[in-house]
Amino acid sequence: MTKITRRDFIRSAGGVAALGAGLGFPHLALGAARRVVVVGGGVGGCTVAKYLRKLDPTLAVTLIESKTTYTTCFMSNEVLSGERTLESITFGYDGLRRHGVEVVTDTAVGIDPVKKTVATAGGREFGYDACVVSPGIGFKWDAIDGYDESVSETITHAWNAGPQTRILRRQLQAMRQGGRVIIVAPPNPFKCPPGPYERASQIAMYCKHHNPRAKIIILDAKDAFSKQGLYVEGWTKLYGYGSGNSMIEWVGAAAGGKVESVDPSTRTLQAEIEEFQGDVVNIIPPQKAGAIAFAADLVDGDWCPVDKRTFESKRHKDIYVLGDASSAAKMPKSAYAANSQAKVAAAAIVARFLGREPGDPTFVNTCYSVVGEDFGISVAAVYTLDAANNSIEEMPKSGGVSPANASPEIRKREVSYAHSWFKNVINDMME
Amino acid sequence: MTKTVRNLLLAVLALLPATVAAAPSGEALAFTCAGCHGTDGSSVGPSMPSIAGMDPEVFVDAMKAYQADKRNATIMNRLARGYTAQQLEDMAWFFARQRLHLVPQKYDAALAARGKILHDKHCEKCHENGGRPGDAGTLAGQWMPYLQHTMDDFMSGKRDWPRKMKRKVDAAIADEGKQAIPALIHYYASQH
Repeated sequence: MTKITRRDFIRSAGGVAALGAGLGFPHLALGAARRVVVVGGGVGGCTVAKYLRKLDPTLAVTLIESKTTYTTCFMSNEVLSGERTLESITFGYDGLRRHGVEVVTDTAVGIDPVKKTVATAGGREFGYDACVVSPGIGFKWDAIDGYDESVSETITHAWNAGPQTRILRRQLQAMRQGGRVIIVAPPNPFKCPPGPYERASQIAMYCKHHNPRAKIIILDAKDAFSKQGLYVEGWTKLYGYGSGNSMIEWVGAAAGGKVESVDPSTRTLQAEIEEFQGDVVNIIPPQKAGAIAFAADLVDGDWCPVDKRTFESKRHKDIYVLGDASSAAKMPKSAYAANSQAKVAAAAIVARFLGREPGDPTFVNTCYSVVGEDFGISVAAVYTLDAANNSIEEMPKSGGVSPANASPEIRKREVSYAHSWFKNVINDMME
Repeated sequence: MTKTVRNLLLAVLALLPATVAAAPSGEALAFTCAGCHGTDGSSVGPSMPSIAGMDPEVFVDAMKAYQADKRNATIMNRLARGYTAQQLEDMAWFFARQRLHLVPQKYDAALAARGKILHDKHCEKCHENGGRPGDAGTLAGQWMPYLQHTMDDFMSGKRDWPRKMKRKVDAAIADEGKQAIPALIHYYASQH
């Protein structure tokens, strides 16, 4: 048994009390409540809103989101395979309202960092003491010739879940026997690095039962991808990968996987070396920060630079940028990363309102992928701040992916952990 | 750690004056766990245990066992190695202070009744008050799939038994046969 000595206890208690005690005293005496406006009702936005209210119940927190429900992109590949419904990954904002967050259904269109106001498409203006922007991703529609937002009605991206997911699911169900599915995977960095490969896996799981002669081809702009060894292990075991009769084929950049153009009428893709024609084509375009990040002048290139101690924008004071839109290397653009960053930002905002210096941040990422029946894999990391370089670094000797060639029992457990993970992430962000 | 000592330390903790935050606080460290273990350690995912209200020594022992690859881990070994001994203690004290919120589970009442008899006879001495948060691991209201995974690990030799536990589980199985462990799990599920 560990012995916690008195001295250890006092030292430990000091650290715990530092934030806790400070947050225990509301600053009502100072006058009007401090106002935080959160733009975007995804993982980052919801988590920061909930935790701001949790850390300081006197704060007035307003969340602006254009949709009335949130459909998670994570687990949406299981909708494609029919393992779950779209409704099972769609959530309303009443949980946040119960935490005292004002949820406004509107679209933020601009932020004035001098007047400290957020303007909406509905013509409203919200003043703030601190603003948090967590808009997720936008797509670079000009990256693949012939592909744009209107084409995505028939050739889906399905990289923001919802109606797009439903269209792709119906296309898979309607596909002829022995048909060919093509997934175009984007270049780095993009939201959910293992996602395109989990998508191929989940589609293969569906086809194995309903369309056993179908083929899934991944055309990739990269030469390597997240959890690659584990995916290959799972594909080999479940879908005949590497054999002459593999259901999944991966074409990396060196083999001509980069797609240059698409003819939507024939669903033909021109890749670097040859043409590919598919019965169902899914193009996950190259990505950038969501629209409001550009409108509010928060980007440098495609993403938003931030001070990684607080996630405050490097471009405008008192505006914080979380999640996929932020430039947060070496954290991936994942749900868990956004959730973790949101708590760091919430604590920093509350500390600053109290006139304190924000403490050192700490971050975690965990990400599960379900490759097939009873075959789950994960990647995890604990991160710390390298303040001198404003970078987020993995703690040495920790983290990494699931072991290769693990027992069937471990792979099966990781599926159950993936589904429990989903419930707890939703709980922690918005319930 | 006895309950009296623990409660005393928790009371002292609440009274300590604020200092300037420097290294990540126990709270900041513990917040990173919530995506898998629920807000403040009350899990709503059936395979992840709730860790709110957990005894600090049990928490630190578990994390150190994960660091040393002494549990049948999938992900916790990889995560535990990201923390110093001090950080583990800071997290442990944060979770010790949290109130456990449980989600009702479906259980078999007849099996649970058998489980209560087994628990009172063999388990209560360490897992006091029906296995509510205390000196040993929390069992009351704990998720059934998590309890099943844990018992599978003990029974298959993939996790070391705590002192005396193997003898007690063997005795429960001698009483009740193959149904002993399901009965105990259903009993704990009934204790929300």
